[in-house]
Amino acid sequence: MSQQYVAAIDQGTTSSRCILFDRDGRIVSVDQREHRQIFPKPGWVEHDALEIWTNVEAVVQDSLRKSDITPDQIAAIGITNQRETTLLWDRETGEPVYNAIVWQDTRTDDLVRELGAEGGQDRFRAKCGLPLATYFSGPKIRWLLDNVKGVRERADRGELMFGTMDTWLIWKMTGRHVTDVTNASRTMLMNLETLAWDEEILAAMDIPRSLLPEIRSSSEVYGESNGYLAGVPVASSLGDQHAALFGQTCFDPGDVKGTYGTGTFLVMNTGTEPVTSNNGLLTTLGYKIGDAPAVYALEGSIAVTGSLVQWLRDNLGLISSAPEIETLARTVDDNGGCYIVPAFSGLFAPHWRSDARGVIAGLTGYVNKGHIARAVLEASAWQTREVVDAMNADARIDLTTLKVDGGMTADNLLMQILSDVLDAEVVRPMVAETTCLGAAYAAGLAVGYWPDIETLRANWHKAAEWNPKMPAEVRDREYHNWNKAVRRTLDWVEHEDQA
Amino acid sequence: MPGRIQSIERAAAILRLLASGARGLSLAEISRSLELPKGTVLGILRTLQHVGFVEQDPESGRYRLGGGMLSLGTRYLDGNELRTRALNWADTLASRSGESVRIGTLHKHQVLVVHHVFRPDSTRQTLDVGTLLPLHATALGKVLMAFDPLAVPEEVSSVETDAPVELTSFTRHTVTSMAAVERQLDGIRENGWGWEAEELVDGEVSIAAPIRDRRGVTVGAIGVRGAVERLRDASGNPDMEQVSYVRDAARAVSRDLGATPY
Repeated sequence: MSQQYVAAIDQGTTSSRCILFDRDGRIVSVDQREHRQIFPKPGWVEHDALEIWTNVEAVVQDSLRKSDITPDQIAAIGITNQRETTLLWDRETGEPVYNAIVWQDTRTDDLVRELGAEGGQDRFRAKCGLPLATYFSGPKIRWLLDNVKGVRERADRGELMFGTMDTWLIWKMTGRHVTDVTNASRTMLMNLETLAWDEEILAAMDIPRSLLPEIRSSSEVYGESNGYLAGVPVASSLGDQHAALFGQTCFDPGDVKGTYGTGTFLVMNTGTEPVTSNNGLLTTLGYKIGDAPAVYALEGSIAVTGSLVQWLRDNLGLISSAPEIETLARTVDDNGGCYIVPAFSGLFAPHWRSDARGVIAGLTGYVNKGHIARAVLEASAWQTREVVDAMNADARIDLTTLKVDGGMTADNLLMQILSDVLDAEVVRPMVAETTCLGAAYAAGLAVGYWPDIETLRANWHKAAEWNPKMPAEVRDREYHNWNKAVRRTLDWVEHEDQA
Repeated sequence: MPGRIQSIERAAAILRLLASGARGLSLAEISRSLELPKGTVLGILRTLQHVGFVEQDPESGRYRLGGGMLSLGTRYLDGNELRTRALNWADTLASRSGESVRIGTLHKHQVLVVHHVFRPDSTRQTLDVGTLLPLHATALGKVLMAFDPLAVPEEVSSVETDAPVELTSFTRHTVTSMAAVERQLDGIRENGWGWEAEELVDGEVSIAAPIRDRRGVTVGAIGVRGAVERLRDASGNPDMEQVSYVRDAARAVSRDLGATPY
């Protein structure tokens, strides 16, 4: 028999990719295509769902052709996707009723405030793990029902389907209307305990049940693909951050992965019971493999990490490319007393202060651009520390190893600083494409391409490792100073400027 | 404050003059233009030639700006940037070869390790980014020496005459005669890759290939290092499958840096 591979489709915010993996979890072929970002008004972001589908079909075909692999060599297809992005389409014609509303879109601002008027921002938190916020799909569905002509009526007649991008792709490929627990957990509409749509939340948001897909596990055969990969089982669906957790083989409670890009997403496996956060983290699903119990997770995101480096490059012009930050930061031995808190649009987890704005604190005549560069890298590390402390407190487990991925992991100095401030081992895995790998793993498990989770663990190899070198008293003093800088960001925006 | 140094001022004048002439200038032309004795000009030219700022055309004998001067002018490739661009390809090389991967750039007279990927097994390994390796006893260094005119061992650059140069020995296999190393470099230029067996560490072999940027300039080298039993075959040659992995990775990184495929 010819060599078999698993195809992972990563339907992301800016592009769609297809990566083929072999049995050792190695990348065999990659293809990628960007799609348009549509900005109809300030704060609005949309995608053309049909353009995305065309791109997905193209990257699947091209990833095979590039490496002379034929469709019969594909054992399974896995899907990972940008989360929360919301689409409604016609059950009969497959025609979207409106562009997909992207997760960053803030048009549901007023709606979210209105929904929170009764019971506050955490009104549904006990059931769905999430605070009311513009990101999540539930309010976006409601906006479409209220604002696009004829949609409410067609929905009431049962003519329409809702889906996040995973559901849209699976429906296009197999004709089945399904989603997985991780994607469903980002709608605000799923009950974390029962893993079913919650009638009470649906009623409160006034969303008809008939729109919603069936909630399935993250790893099972949803159906067979038609088209170019005809007959190949479509066998996994995981939101991007959940897929990265799985691809990093964070299978044990307390395992944490951190994806360092423009922002940073930290996710901790908390085992088979949902953990309610007292520290402003999100409770979410980790993954669910077939009939095995669902694994839950705590998620904390940091809005500004890599984008602070870009700010240094584009707004201050201190460096001409992002990687040069390391070169500049290494011209000095420490931060020279300087701290940067990049609260560009407020402080998120675990502070949640929208009135905060960024500061550069501790400036003296001694501070030079090398110190500023160092403070920029340290800001990513201390923000990680704050989220990890919150995770440790909520889950009552102490982090021992942080598994990192994403573009910023190329910065060795940042990785060392992370290890120093967390007082924990920081590990970069061999395959940096953990999101796609996670989707491939889940699909491969479902069809028996990989026999079990232990095999996946054996595939995981360290590409690099950093261990703490900072003396405890230095760490404590620096954390104390960081916290002082954080306090100086508060109460900056006063009520009248807020609009 | 110390006074100005006349010979540096004269060197600067020569460089400015050479920068203005596209076809290069003869010794006589330079000495006439600057109203300096030929002997003085020749001494300065030789020194500038030695540090790579001036080249002499072997046929016409004319002088022109050297490669070292050109790489000063264009922005030099930051090692951290090279690592960022090479990250995925270095991982792929480690996973295909099953060996540890290093990327090196020239730093003064040594190889600076700017990236290191662990060997994909469960053994304990330590990151050695920032380490300096000898040019003449590593595959990374030999490749840099073969393709970068500025990559010269300390021992060679500090010798004024053409007397035979003895290089530092690390094992009984280290090739310590510069003349013998030069012969190896000819082979590397011919093949497009280089290797060494047990020249730095007993029992270890390394294989490397050059990374080029869009100007075709060699900006670094990527290679694998591992046990002699795995990387050398029974007849004493390097494992050609590993060589092809290394060359694939070098080509892929070069392509990412904008080099046209060769």
